[in-house]
Amino acid sequence: MRTKARVLEVLMCGALLLASGGVFAEEAEKGAEGESQKNWKTWRADADIANTGALQRGARNFMNYCVGCHSLKYERYSRLGDDLAISPELLDKYIVQPGDKSTEYILTSMPAKDSETWFGKTPPDLSLMARARGPDYIYRLFKTYYIDPTRPTGTNNLQLPAIAMPHVLSELEGLKKAVFKTVEKRGEDGKTATEQVFDHFEQVAPGRMNAEEYDGFVRDTVSFLTYVGEPAQLQRHSLGIWVVLFLLVFTWLAWLLKKEYWKDVH
Amino acid sequence: MAAVHGPQGSNPPERKGFYGWLNKRLPIDNFISSQLTGYYAPKNFNIWYFFGSLALLVLVLQLATGIFLTMFYKPGEATSFDSVEFIMREVNFGWLIRYLHSTGASAFFIVVYLHMFRAFLYGSYRAPRELLWIFGMLVYLALMAEAFMGYVLPWGNMSFWGAQVIVNLFSTIPAVGPPLVEWIRGDYGIADATLNRFFSLHVVAVPLALLLLVMLHLVALHETGSNNPDGIEIKKKLGPDGNPLDGIPFHPYYTVKDIFGVGVFFVLFTIVVFFVPTFGGLFLEGPNFEPANPMSTPEHIAPVWYFTPYYAILRAVPNQRMGALLMALAVMAFFLMPWLDRSPVKSIRYKPFISKLALAVFAISFISLGYLGLQPAEGTYVLLARIFSLLYFLFFIGMPFYSKWGTPKPVPERVTYHAH
Amino acid sequence: MAENVVVGDDAVDLSRRKFLTTATVATGAVGAVFAAVPFIASWSPSERAKALGAPSELDVSKIEPGQMAIITWRRQPIYIVRRTPEMIEHLKGHDDLLKDKDSDSSDQPDYAKNLYRARLPDVLVLIGTCTHLGCLPKQRFEAASAEMGAYWPGGFFCPCHGSRFDLSGRVFNGSPASVNLRVPPYEFPSPLKLVVGVDETHKGAA
Repeated sequence: MRTKARVLEVLMCGALLLASGGVFAEEAEKGAEGESQKNWKTWRADADIANTGALQRGARNFMNYCVGCHSLKYERYSRLGDDLAISPELLDKYIVQPGDKSTEYILTSMPAKDSETWFGKTPPDLSLMARARGPDYIYRLFKTYYIDPTRPTGTNNLQLPAIAMPHVLSELEGLKKAVFKTVEKRGEDGKTATEQVFDHFEQVAPGRMNAEEYDGFVRDTVSFLTYVGEPAQLQRHSLGIWVVLFLLVFTWLAWLLKKEYWKDVH
Repeated sequence: MAAVHGPQGSNPPERKGFYGWLNKRLPIDNFISSQLTGYYAPKNFNIWYFFGSLALLVLVLQLATGIFLTMFYKPGEATSFDSVEFIMREVNFGWLIRYLHSTGASAFFIVVYLHMFRAFLYGSYRAPRELLWIFGMLVYLALMAEAFMGYVLPWGNMSFWGAQVIVNLFSTIPAVGPPLVEWIRGDYGIADATLNRFFSLHVVAVPLALLLLVMLHLVALHETGSNNPDGIEIKKKLGPDGNPLDGIPFHPYYTVKDIFGVGVFFVLFTIVVFFVPTFGGLFLEGPNFEPANPMSTPEHIAPVWYFTPYYAILRAVPNQRMGALLMALAVMAFFLMPWLDRSPVKSIRYKPFISKLALAVFAISFISLGYLGLQPAEGTYVLLARIFSLLYFLFFIGMPFYSKWGTPKPVPERVTYHAH
Repeated sequence: MAENVVVGDDAVDLSRRKFLTTATVATGAVGAVFAAVPFIASWSPSERAKALGAPSELDVSKIEPGQMAIITWRRQPIYIVRRTPEMIEHLKGHDDLLKDKDSDSSDQPDYAKNLYRARLPDVLVLIGTCTHLGCLPKQRFEAASAEMGAYWPGGFFCPCHGSRFDLSGRVFNGSPASVNLRVPPYEFPSPLKLVVGVDETHKGAA
């Protein structure tokens, strides 16, 4: 469960990282080319909101591939431009949709009723997706699409089985097949049962990007969505450092004052 | 300025100027001398004694940030969620005010639990402080109600489902249960009506009740005076000036010490507010960043961490009615402490080993139940929750008996104090 | 006093106490001021207010000469009048009836401190709020009408307390209002395309 994993991680990072050096770090799968796909559940997005370049590319990716169906209804174009250091001219050219003003919220033009008919479900607004499910969830979602002829969209997904969303990025990633292995499992009643467990992907058709480029594409977009989830986080960190430093100074003075008065007490 | 010490009610000398004018019409000097410079507290307070003043600090913080949030929050099924995002993104420093309030809620419980644990350690609930303890418990109940209702207000998916589950518990009350639940909700399910009444209670009614109860709590404290880590009544040994030999004036000694405590608290508090406000999903839960959806339950419904010990007890019982009853008893048991504890000594320092063991087991059970309440009710967790629930109740049920077992250590005449 | 509390009468002791108390209190006060900043700042217009207060546009060619259009900017009505040559003529000849004929006490951008109180003689842009107590003045463009009197050159009449303004928004003597109608910042990025809320010194809401 995410909460449990995060709490454990906070505790373990502090203690174990010191003791065992890079062992814990090695455990974190980056999902890049070459390491085990079987452990896709441990892949980390490593969203980097301090990297303005990544956020800018992510914004462009979103406007090119996502805004057709998904809105960012709490984010204004102008805010995006300010936070990501994109000039008003470039913002108008590459980000603001035709007919929208830069002070407006980023809305999709796809009518909700129609999308529900076409996909079975209205594509959700993505402003808070990175906060609700986490950046890792979104990353894994875009990295675990595979061909499945039994699905109406022709594709399925490991992170969200029977996903209603088609693989819109397939032109970039290409298409891959999921290979499952049959495994025996002992059930709670003691009887053994066979189960299909995911083993690895096989590329079936190439996309415009190679694996590394696609991975970078997804990471940039996830970083962008992490920013959209909480635009204030950029400001929050920088302000926080000053606040904590000030309070440390105050506490030190208060400590000296306390010691001075308590000399009286025997 | 020379402070004038004297028994409460004595006439302080005439003061000049505006302060003098004011002082003739309001008991300012009297208050200062009777409640601060002339109010004696035991000199052997340790770290466990910071949490009372910190609780008061957090109360003020929650009131201030709450007042400002109410200026921008719009209660209502259609508007609540959006208005919280408006605060986070479009109100200048709205994100900071919001995080101060959400972190403050968790900080309140951390501080209050440590504050209550101090009472367990040193027998601060014992006579003559039973009423002080009761007022404190009422503050705790009001605080739980306040936090529960406050969490519903953002109208996220966890807000909705948490409210659904907890309000449904009242349906287990025999006979009146189901109509009572409908009356609480104001509708056939958790709805706009529920949200709006919780808003009113959270912003006006319960804060007023909290302020009143906290005041009564402080008045009761000043009437009896504080307990201390040795559990000795310092008023039994008075000096030639009529003040306790083991006491020191609250001002300046404890004002100065508490300010230092405030500093340490704020350092830790602001680290969380500015760097980990969600605290790994414990202070602000992930599913609550999705709007309330009556058609879609979150994967794991769990209350916020400060309720999870009681939630674990609720789930440990396979019968809904019994589980709800036991959960209520788990909270109410605290009220009985002054009368359950029949040890001849107050403080854990002088109690026999069996009492120390019982308290340690209780603390471990409470914390373990808290952890278990966050987990899904599956597998070994179920068994563990049952074991710890049993130990939890044994602490209270067994207390009238084991508090009289063994031989307490001799209690000193004067408090133990090391200069610091 | 209790036997265990000894106040040192050592002079160094007391002055150190005073110093530390002052230092701590001063630092605390500074902290309190900084802590107040976010709360006070939260009252300033939010991003939403600023966005809604973004510049408003109008294609002036859509207004018939002699007619007035009203748009909104920053929650205020903006009067835009397409003045005819005849209306422009009627701006002269009643200087002695005006309280502030040169707009010295009134509120307008530099480019509107002239007879026309505008960048262009034939386009009047005003904030349609009476400078007395804020009602919306009504248009009375017809000169010498029975209602307004023989001297009337055309202009605006406020129904609340009777203030009168000419076709440049200048206030007449005898009106409760004391200054001319205000002129907002505006510019013409292209001929006849009016943008209210932006000019050389106002960049408008981001």
